[in-house]
Amino acid sequence: MQGTTLVLILAGMATAAFYLGRSRSLEIAGGPSGISNLHSLPGYYGYYVAIWCLLPALALLFLWLVAEPRVIVALLIKSLPQAQQSLQIGELDLLVNNIRNLAAGDAVSGEIDALLREAAARHTEYTATSRRLLATLCFGLAVLGAAVARRRISPQLRARNRVERVVSILLIAASSIAILTTIGIVFSVLFEAIRFFREVPVSEFLFGLNWSPQTAIRADQVGSSGSFGAVPLFTGTLLITFIAMVVAVPIGLMTAIYLAEYSSSRVRAVAKPLLEILAGIPTVVYGFFAALTVAPALRRAGEFAGVQVASESALAAGLVMGIMIIPLVSSLSDDAINAVPRAMRDGALGLGSTRSEAMRNVILPAALPGIVGGVLLAVSRAIGETMIVVMAAGLAANLTANPFQAVTTVTVQIVTLLVGDQEFDSAKTLAAFALGLVLFVVTLGLNVIGLQVVRKYREQYE
Amino acid sequence: MTRSKNVSRQKVEAGLKQRRRRERWFQMLGLLATTIGVVFLLVFFSTLISKGSSAFMQTHIMLDVEYSAEIISPDGKPDTVYADYDAIIRNALMEIFPEVTDRRERRDLQRMVSIGAGYQMRAVIERDPSLIGTRQSIVVPAAANVDMVVKGNIDRDIDENLRPVSDRQLAWIDRLDAEGKLVTQFNTALFTNGDSREPELAGIRGALMGSLYMLVVTIVLAFPVGAAAAVYLEEFAPRNRWSDLIEVNINNLAAVPSIVFGLLALAVFINWMSLPRSAPLVGGLALSLLTLPVIIIASRAAIKSVPPSIREAALGVGASKMQVVFHHVLPLALPGMLTGAIIGMSRALGESAPLLMIGMVAFIVDVPAGFTDPATALPVQIYLWADSPERAFAERTSAAIIVLLGFLLLMNLTAVILRKRVERKW
Repeated sequence: MQGTTLVLILAGMATAAFYLGRSRSLEIAGGPSGISNLHSLPGYYGYYVAIWCLLPALALLFLWLVAEPRVIVALLIKSLPQAQQSLQIGELDLLVNNIRNLAAGDAVSGEIDALLREAAARHTEYTATSRRLLATLCFGLAVLGAAVARRRISPQLRARNRVERVVSILLIAASSIAILTTIGIVFSVLFEAIRFFREVPVSEFLFGLNWSPQTAIRADQVGSSGSFGAVPLFTGTLLITFIAMVVAVPIGLMTAIYLAEYSSSRVRAVAKPLLEILAGIPTVVYGFFAALTVAPALRRAGEFAGVQVASESALAAGLVMGIMIIPLVSSLSDDAINAVPRAMRDGALGLGSTRSEAMRNVILPAALPGIVGGVLLAVSRAIGETMIVVMAAGLAANLTANPFQAVTTVTVQIVTLLVGDQEFDSAKTLAAFALGLVLFVVTLGLNVIGLQVVRKYREQYE
Repeated sequence: MTRSKNVSRQKVEAGLKQRRRRERWFQMLGLLATTIGVVFLLVFFSTLISKGSSAFMQTHIMLDVEYSAEIISPDGKPDTVYADYDAIIRNALMEIFPEVTDRRERRDLQRMVSIGAGYQMRAVIERDPSLIGTRQSIVVPAAANVDMVVKGNIDRDIDENLRPVSDRQLAWIDRLDAEGKLVTQFNTALFTNGDSREPELAGIRGALMGSLYMLVVTIVLAFPVGAAAAVYLEEFAPRNRWSDLIEVNINNLAAVPSIVFGLLALAVFINWMSLPRSAPLVGGLALSLLTLPVIIIASRAAIKSVPPSIREAALGVGASKMQVVFHHVLPLALPGMLTGAIIGMSRALGESAPLLMIGMVAFIVDVPAGFTDPATALPVQIYLWADSPERAFAERTSAAIIVLLGFLLLMNLTAVILRKRVERKW
């Protein structure tokens, strides 16, 4: 039986349990007129029984589904002949995979022999047994829970308090998922990165100047030793981020100033939503635009001006990324400018300064911390941006500051290393996680500082 | 006294001209910056539409085909597996161009019709076997290169060797056109087919379904959890270190690069929990973690906007804290929370970087039929097509982008309307 069907049936049972509990409480109270004898409203008795019916069964279901594949594989391996059991880990994995694929009716690598077929049949059998057992146990547990809860219903049972207790535990659990996600990110990236650093020293990774992450399939292959010096990736990322910031910061800031200070409300009502559309366009679309429209145009312009522009130049990716970030910079600058007390602006204007002088000499200096915080957030966004650079920036790791050349970035390398088949024990795959760790730490740092600055600054004038 | 006043006044007036010029400059700069953004948007949409709109139409060739029994049912009954359905098309083409006899020329001629035409013939016969032995006039899709010539995307004047279409084929296209056998129809294949190596057969149905399955997983997981977290943080959480930590954490999570969520999904869901690769289930899990902070932040704002008087009134008539929240605050905050959820979903729909990590970039022809079938998503499909060298795929990429942006627009409009409708002044 499929997991989803099971869940649906359990939900149906819980609904039934609700009505069961409610009618039982009414019965005990002696009809609707006797409700005041009960501690809680009848509905709470219903919820109480439903919770007892549903939660234990769901918990069992979850644990079972997590444990099932491992148990089945362990049983399978145990049932294999001794010769296969003593295979190397990798070969054993391959065998188990083949058995699984054969059982699922997928393509199998290598010959299908009697052993494999027998094992696949056993796999199917184990799975079926496990599912039957699971369904029986789940339904049994649900019925049992509902029956016990129903028996416990009495006028003194504090059903509302108990139900509310469960609900509040669920609420706390939901809010800790955010923490769990962070922990998950840290650990998943950290563990693989540590495994990577066992093979490649940290110093070589952080300060090496040569990046070519090919690892050999055979020992005697040419260029078999991959080198993992990530400096070209960092400089490439910084170059593209710098270009993006050169575009986004002045344009975003001036847009915010113009819309806050000069434009009529009609212009603002049109321009603001239009610029927000820029923020809503998916990055893959920007990437397409950068690769197929901006990059060729830049190359033609370069030919015209006699400059050699690579077709995957850092400039194209940076320019488009900058445009993508304009709305972020402009909305954060707008917040910062609006947070400056009106009295400061009015005072400057009252002393006879022009509006631009008031802006440049009074408002901007006062808003500067907020703007800087916003720019930090924008930088972190640019560093972590993936699709634009994957589509428009290059793959080769060049150590250059020339914006007309192709460079590669951290995110591009993560994608190229991880797309396609991969094994979790090669340095090539693990390198992606090490890069991910760097990316996460850097963007997290920028975000923490940026958010802190923005918040501090906002409080200052409140 | 009057002298010094005059002096300073002269000083001010002397500088006035320059100051006014600076003021004008500053204003022009601001206007320029705003215009750049808006102009980019216009350029962006106009190139997209001019490139992509043609993909919604597709050139077809009208052929008189004979469903000859010799080909379809060599041994009496219709053979839908091994029969050479391409031969039907071949014969129909030969009837139009009887003078083509050279083997190489014939092959060129056949290449003008999509290889999907044979499958179309088979489908026709499967549906209605009584057609065997009859002659019918039917419309089959032209090959992508023919389509490109008709749409004017292939330059006829450049050297034949640099052109994907030979001079011979150009002449045939012109003749078909003159005889009225070239028809341009709405490109239904774009919406009914999965991916394909042949541009004229490639469609976004598979990607759309993949995106749909993922969004279902995302909304089912992220909305309840996000709403519950928001309720806890806003209504129940004690003001202490732990809730501060959660709060800071959520704000930071919202700014973590999406690709990092892909790494998390790869390491946890695929490597550790051994969930299937390329499945919308895993994609949906990754996207729900990604959209969770967005939904929590929006839901908290919605709960915060419910005035305290509502809570106090409910508490005053004897409701428990939980009853206050679930009977009074939540129903009032729900529209705002839904708006946040829709915005979170539109972000999830446009996201592609984490999906690359979990193997949703495979070339998948079949339309997925469930949460664990291999699938791809609409933005990833755009990424895949953008990489294809064929001209016809560039056009289709733009068309897929138009469809994606259309969906995003629809979602955001819903959110705006919802917000307008329920915005109430307390």
